[in-house]
Amino acid sequence: MSVRAANERALACLTSAQPVLVDCRPAREALGLDEHTVLHSGPPLPWERACPTMQAAILCAVRYEGWAADDAAARRLVESGRVTLSPCHHAGAAGPMTGIITASMPVFVVVNRQGGHRAHATVNEGLGKVLRFGANDASVLARLDWLAREAGPLLGAALRSAGGLDLRALMAQALRMGDEMHQRNIAASALLARALMPHLARVAAETGPVARVADFIAGNDQFFLNLGMAAAKAAADPCLKIAGSTMVATMARNGTDFGIRVAGLGPRWFTAPVNTPEGLYFPGFTAADANPDMGDSAIVETVGLGAFAMAASPAVVRFVGAGGLRDAVRVTEEMAEITLGEHPHFRIPALDERGTPVGIDIRKVVETGITPLINTGIAGRAPGTGQIGAGVVRAPLACFAQALEAVARAQGVA
Amino acid sequence: MAEIGDLFGRELRVINVGLEGFAVVLESLGVPVLHVEWIPPAGGDPAQARLLALLDDEDGA
Repeated sequence: MSVRAANERALACLTSAQPVLVDCRPAREALGLDEHTVLHSGPPLPWERACPTMQAAILCAVRYEGWAADDAAARRLVESGRVTLSPCHHAGAAGPMTGIITASMPVFVVVNRQGGHRAHATVNEGLGKVLRFGANDASVLARLDWLAREAGPLLGAALRSAGGLDLRALMAQALRMGDEMHQRNIAASALLARALMPHLARVAAETGPVARVADFIAGNDQFFLNLGMAAAKAAADPCLKIAGSTMVATMARNGTDFGIRVAGLGPRWFTAPVNTPEGLYFPGFTAADANPDMGDSAIVETVGLGAFAMAASPAVVRFVGAGGLRDAVRVTEEMAEITLGEHPHFRIPALDERGTPVGIDIRKVVETGITPLINTGIAGRAPGTGQIGAGVVRAPLACFAQALEAVARAQGVA
Repeated sequence: MAEIGDLFGRELRVINVGLEGFAVVLESLGVPVLHVEWIPPAGGDPAQARLLALLDDEDGA
């Protein structure tokens, strides 16, 4: 198949996806996750190469599962090889920031009704001291315990009662309401709450748990982020089987490496050292405190959201350290230079209903030198700090150059 | 040469491709300039430019 034909097929596969949220179940059931496995964000990462923030989150997850009583024992367990570390993406999931998932954690289940592919993501923990940003104190463990014991089962029951929620329609609407669905998910979270609450109320035996889950969702403007990621992964993964395509199907970071996977090259990662985000910091923190970029959340940029949809979200522009609406439009237009087309469902009112730029073409990235821009949260470099700000980061060009060479070899032209 | 001489005998209208500095200088002198942003493919790397040519849509690779 020609590159052009393969890319047309890949873009159609990506943009015709119909992600539907159907369930929330423990990762051991939904992912078939083994005991003593810790999933992390980004491409594969040996323990020795993990940054301290990632290591702190992994050790915290080991303690959370009860495999070790303290960090020292957890470290011994990991260093002895008795805990398996593996990317979320290899297990059918996408995890924000550190991306940690273990067997007991509840995960949302998203099905792409166009082909049946499934993708998963944890329940977003909220802001501040949370495991995804590398925080690891008692409050983190208490929240994880509540999510597994009360919130997860209730959310699962409500979603099964609802018969699934159409995420594509919800995301298209949220985009029109000012979300870019990476650093701004206020509208998407509110729309989800509106759709979910009646079902939560119906399935709950008591009012207390419903009130606590409702409070939790209402108190977290980024609640929808993980669902957007799972929806994006459910759309992007099926593209990984389209030989000859130069379209990017995965972008992910683990605090050490940035990795991409390309539709025509299947599960193979192309990696380069990850960059550190630039942006705005919470009071008391500066750029010197920032951890190199991490998280599978760049999957939303991969499907034409996040920074690619910046023009739809003037409210987020200042939050991620950019200027104003003109800068936002400039970002979206710049990303259009490296993409294959416009999204038929994700449209931007401020750009006369044009679709968001979607389908990153590694050839266009290498040709122009324009690398994908990603909106992102910023984790503290010191283990246990949590989130210290938000900003933007560029994908490293080297990943795309490596992938270009591999595609040429696969196509038999180099 | 005569044609070039004729060119400079008339009012200049310039299309500048690539380095913006030339456009800026001419604009400062009041010359109408249309600047076109352009850089060589792959930043001028010949090996990558060759791969791009081999994988070009028009070549049907």
